[in-house]
Amino acid sequence: MFQKIWDRHVVAEPEGQPPLLYIDLHLVHEVTSPQAFDGLRLAGRSVRRPELTVATVDHNVPTDLRPGPITDAIARNQIEALRRNCEDFEVRLYDIESPRQGIVHVIGPELGYTQPGKTIVCGDSHTSTHGAFGALAFGIGTSEVEHVLATQTLRQQRPATMEVRFEGELPLGVSAKDMILAAIGQMGVAGGVGHVLEYTGESIRGLDMDGRMTVCNMSIEAGARAGMIAPDETTFEWLEGRPFSPKGGEFQEAVNVWRGLSTDCDAEFDAEVEIDCAALEPYVSWGTNPGQSSKITGSVPELSDFEDAADQENAARALEYMGLVGGTPMQEIVIDRVFIGSCTNARLEDLRSAARVVRGRRAAPNVRAMVVPGSTAVKLQAEREGLDEVFKDAGFEWREAGCSMCLGMNPDILAPGERCASTSNRNFEGRQGKGGRTHLLSPAMAAAAGVAGRFVDIRDWDLGD
Amino acid sequence: MEPFVKLTGLAAPLDRANVDTDQIIPKQFLKRIERTGFGEFAFFDWRYLEEGVPDPSFTLNDERYRGASILIAGRNFGSGSSREHAPWALGEYGFRAIIAPSFGDIFRNNCMQNGMLPVELSAVEVDRLMARALREDGYRVTVDLESQTVTDGWGFCARFEIDPYRRDSLLQGLDDIGRTLELEEAIDRFEAGFLASTGSY
Ligand code: SF4
Repeated sequence: MFQKIWDRHVVAEPEGQPPLLYIDLHLVHEVTSPQAFDGLRLAGRSVRRPELTVATVDHNVPTDLRPGPITDAIARNQIEALRRNCEDFEVRLYDIESPRQGIVHVIGPELGYTQPGKTIVCGDSHTSTHGAFGALAFGIGTSEVEHVLATQTLRQQRPATMEVRFEGELPLGVSAKDMILAAIGQMGVAGGVGHVLEYTGESIRGLDMDGRMTVCNMSIEAGARAGMIAPDETTFEWLEGRPFSPKGGEFQEAVNVWRGLSTDCDAEFDAEVEIDCAALEPYVSWGTNPGQSSKITGSVPELSDFEDAADQENAARALEYMGLVGGTPMQEIVIDRVFIGSCTNARLEDLRSAARVVRGRRAAPNVRAMVVPGSTAVKLQAEREGLDEVFKDAGFEWREAGCSMCLGMNPDILAPGERCASTSNRNFEGRQGKGGRTHLLSPAMAAAAGVAGRFVDIRDWDLGD
Repeated sequence: MEPFVKLTGLAAPLDRANVDTDQIIPKQFLKRIERTGFGEFAFFDWRYLEEGVPDPSFTLNDERYRGASILIAGRNFGSGSSREHAPWALGEYGFRAIIAPSFGDIFRNNCMQNGMLPVELSAVEVDRLMARALREDGYRVTVDLESQTVTDGWGFCARFEIDPYRRDSLLQGLDDIGRTLELEEAIDRFEAGFLASTGSY
């Protein structure tokens, strides 16, 4: 599948230069774009295809009152710069008050911009999310953002390919988040460097689109350039009727083309990894990178569990930062905060699964829990389903859409030493606030941790179904 | 872009693996809309204790490494986010070359877009440089892009690989967009054909 999309998009391959790849969709947000637009201005260049460029504000928008003032002057400055840039260069912007605003990786698919077979880039590493639709999607830096704006192309060395095959059936209570945390744990955080991952196997096919996006989203946490899943009926059904999906007869035509993208059974990959689904459980990270996680029935590792000296040193640093002692059962770790949000896990299905857990229950008194929908559209739909009431009744805060505490560029951050059960994608030191301690896990597991005040095994809970 | 041909400079060690971009430039400093002003915040959370007091236990705060222009780092340096603010911050801090066993993909690209050279050597070679940088005062290393070698005047010599196109751009300080616009006709032709074949774009 990768090969087919790549080949179709090579514009030129001049002698001694990396191939020039055509870009079908360029997503833009406020943090990584201002310097790129400035570069264009300085060089007197324009945006080559503004209609293939879509912008929104997500990274540092406040998630409390809306409409409301943005009190952080520098963040306001950045948002205003994006407004000005979009106006000057005629780029469509879903601004803070638009009902279509949201995290760039949530609204791209939601609005039907993301489609199978497209090449998609954004100045954000989690662009890999869009690969869930069988698109080739990857993150780029600001200089490359400028390059794409000016030329609608990108210089790219052809990456290698790796198949990540999920063998066997997924046990009940184990989610897409657990699948990808397990895979990263197995591959290591640099295991995918230089590669495009293609996720295959029955358990991947069995995931809904929201789950597939969760898996592809975290490809970058294994160091990969991109992650992809071949499109199928689930994909087509999801895309039909979206605002920017092809309409009517054109949709059928598009589906016929998209069907041709699926992976040939004799496709060859440069590398292969196999994950045994039967052995999977809910996972919770204990360290400061997404590869450092444990099964919920397991314990924080002892240093003697690591053979490699560098791994051992890394683990020692991580445990110190996280304030954890080797050998502590995961289920004895007490938390202070819950964050349900981010482009990994703040779509409708994620919120539904978290709501199912908290319905009729209450957050533990020692816990402050926050739910931040991935987009304004997700928020509105969740409210139509009454999910906001479920969360509020349980003492969870219900907020406006944005990246929020995934990276804490807006006022939503952890205090030093606070321990957070988070559905986001990165547990790096200080990611959610200096000294803050992040544990990655699925929405249902995060919700349950919020209720219990510590990590618990969601499979032990009676969810009435 | 400033060309990169050959650099001899003081080497500073950062003996940690998987140093991510959130560490290199924490997000609270990403809000500027210029390319400059990030250097003073490089490694902020590691560099400072409370209220701007430098943390003496952080290697780069050691007087011996003041003015270093070459960073020796552990494997998978620059993993994580796509923020180009990371190389901007490192550049302003004074680094023009980073030597490590491996790099995050996007970070590596971002460096080269800014006239900075990420040099990949084997883990054994990096360990040697790291040990010397930690031990010797005023340890200087030469990174030569033309011959693609790293030497140290103590007998260390290692070759590194780099994409020939990137090498060219760095040696001559060429603007990537300018180079691509030389191919504008090919882009025009491609667009015309592509539009005709898909209709929907
Ligand atoms: S939600 Fe987090 S990971 Fe996703 S785009 Fe926003 S900051 Fe990046």
